Amino acid sequence: MPRQPDDTVPKVDDRAVRAAYLDAATAAPLHPVAREALLAALADGWADPVRLYAAGRRAQQLAEAARAAFAEALAVRPDEISLWPSGTAAAQAAVLGGRAGRARQGDTLVHSAIEHSAVLHAARTGKAVEVPVDRLGRIDLDAWDRAVSAPGTALASLISASHEVGTLQPVAAAAGYCAEAGVPLFVDAAQSIGHAEVPAGWSLLSASAHKWGGPPGVGVLVVRKGVRWISPFPQDDLYRPGAPGAVDLPAVVAAAASLRAVLGEASSVAARQTALVARIRERVAATVPDVEVVGDPDRRLPHLVTFSCLYVDGEALLHALDRRGFAVSSGSSCTASTLRPSHVLEAMGVLSHGNVRVSLHRDTTAEEVDRFLAVLPGLVAEIRAEAGM
Amino acid sequence: MTLDCLGQKCPLPVIRLAQNIGKVAVGEVIRVLADDPAARNDIPAWCRMKGQEYLGSPEPAAFEVRRVS
Repeated sequence: MPRQPDDTVPKVDDRAVRAAYLDAATAAPLHPVAREALLAALADGWADPVRLYAAGRRAQQLAEAARAAFAEALAVRPDEISLWPSGTAAAQAAVLGGRAGRARQGDTLVHSAIEHSAVLHAARTGKAVEVPVDRLGRIDLDAWDRAVSAPGTALASLISASHEVGTLQPVAAAAGYCAEAGVPLFVDAAQSIGHAEVPAGWSLLSASAHKWGGPPGVGVLVVRKGVRWISPFPQDDLYRPGAPGAVDLPAVVAAAASLRAVLGEASSVAARQTALVARIRERVAATVPDVEVVGDPDRRLPHLVTFSCLYVDGEALLHALDRRGFAVSSGSSCTASTLRPSHVLEAMGVLSHGNVRVSLHRDTTAEEVDRFLAVLPGLVAEIRAEAGM
Repeated sequence: MTLDCLGQKCPLPVIRLAQNIGKVAVGEVIRVLADDPAARNDIPAWCRMKGQEYLGSPEPAAFEVRRVS
């Protein structure tokens, strides 16, 4: 029997409870092109691409087309690309394989103090030298030059833009120092691809599909021709560089298709996001007392902004925002699984408690941002009042 | 003045510091005892934001601040 609408249940005004997802830097919502490509590839690309029957050949066709699309989008050769189960796996493969490939020249990894924790964990498996950043989160280029020029340097690692505060790094200058020293540069571009140009000059680059609106579970690693990379994992029978085992082909197809779409609309999306982030930077500083908006105000990612509120428990603020329908993230220690403050905020010497990172996706509206800006000062004031401030 | 904030999670040590800075005379020093890992970062950051002078950490889990205004 068909269900009858129950008119005794009051209609919920979904405008009032509609959530605003402001954590795209953790995982962007699936781009419509990714959704479409994923469904098509699930129907058509489920077979093992190495098999010789028709379904296998079809899967192989899809895999090759995806690789070609990545190559075109990243302006590299298809055989320079390998696919990994995540951006984390791709970044760790870059560090471990890049360092192993240079064993004859040295064993030390030079990295910025604000790399993603995946890179820092890989760095700690061997010798590493950390290069500090300034208050805005920009690496100290003189210290970088000294570190990469030192004897025994195998590889240098620089995040293209901070995933926590949005500051763009001077990749071109850093790459110049690496070239002078003959040291390959790995750039973790997970936060930049699809949002901001990554300057040339790197030897290895990694990216993560779910940061640009592709599905989760696809990491991309580019190793330029002539760069020696030795797999940190046992290889399979195919002797091709890459993650052991089969990739999630439908997800890879969706990742490639969405990257092409995202790059096509990137400049208009970035222009809109840059203006929204400028509004957040300006309004938060004007309406929340004792707040520090962190990161470079000008040379920054278009879609990401971070601020810290004095006397505020970051976890309490996250929960208060969540109750109002806003999803954001935080680098405060109370919100971290490690119970330590964010190493990025520490390296910059900025306030780590009461920290909020807001990151926008392509469909974030001015209305959502304004609703966030309207509720934030009151929530901060309530938490401070409870703490006796 | 010494504020014992051992065992307290951030931002509590910074809140205690802010609540007590006015109780010492300008030029005097407050010592904060805090073992939360964020204190080492957040006490100097508070000094910078509020225009007070951070004197350093003379021993682990101890931080000294001079009231300048």
